[in-house]
Amino acid sequence: MNWGSLDNFLAMGGYGLYVWGSYGVTLVVVVVELILLARRKRNAVESIR
Amino acid sequence: MSINWFKYSSPQTFFPLAGKLALVFGALAVAACAVGLYLGFFVAPTDAQQGESYRIIFIHVPAAWMSMFLYVVMAFWAAIGLAFNTRLSGMMASATAPTGALFTFIALWTGSLWGKPAWGTWWVWDARLTSELILLFLYFGFMALQAAIDDPRRADKAGALIALVGVINVPIIYFSVKWWNTLHQGASVSLTKSPTMAATMLTAMLVMIFGFWFYGIAAVLLRARCIMLERERGTEWAVQYAKEAVA
Repeated sequence: MNWGSLDNFLAMGGYGLYVWGSYGVTLVVVVVELILLARRKRNAVESIR
Repeated sequence: MSINWFKYSSPQTFFPLAGKLALVFGALAVAACAVGLYLGFFVAPTDAQQGESYRIIFIHVPAAWMSMFLYVVMAFWAAIGLAFNTRLSGMMASATAPTGALFTFIALWTGSLWGKPAWGTWWVWDARLTSELILLFLYFGFMALQAAIDDPRRADKAGALIALVGVINVPIIYFSVKWWNTLHQGASVSLTKSPTMAATMLTAMLVMIFGFWFYGIAAVLLRARCIMLERERGTEWAVQYAKEAVA
């Protein structure tokens, strides 16, 4: 699959909103989960100390 | 030679193992997703009917599979906990729920964004979509019930009941497209017939499934470590760990 240009890649044949809306939100919730996990771990360690 | 499996059934010995495994599976998840996304966006061709919108499949299907799979895993740990009254099983069930809910949300969200261009609607109350939404509520119910009960062992038992009763929903989701007339399409991949999609699309999707699977394992293990520390805060190993921990 050769997109030719970055604009074409981002446009996704007119479906950019749907495709990037899916991938973007997925990335965000995964990053949020990892941040929450790191915070929970830090809190657990601090409450033991 | 026999391996003593029960060695890792206590939090004290499982805690360091879970940390190492989470690192390994986290690295595998990053690698698999990098390969899967490359295949999905730069190797797989445009779909003849759906154009580029079909590329949502590379996260939609893996997320939907994981949402069901993690529920079964959660119910499995819940059942083991009820049957053998082992401490770690309840912790594993609790650690699985939020990541399962996350995958369920991703499946619903990406499904909605795919449904709009494919069907002309964000949402329909067909059997597949509705049963997947019920799965999200089952995860929420499990988490809310556990959060409402102060004693962790009682919370485990109450949560285990929801987990076990709710597991009936998983085959309903899976077979909904066969049992009812749904707007949602049938399975693209099954054991009984050859896949209905191009080989490169299928490969990309399978690699992404492995990536999501590895991520799920890593996230659950990281959360299990938090829960172990929280519940075992009075024990010698937890105090020792907290003392040595850099973070």
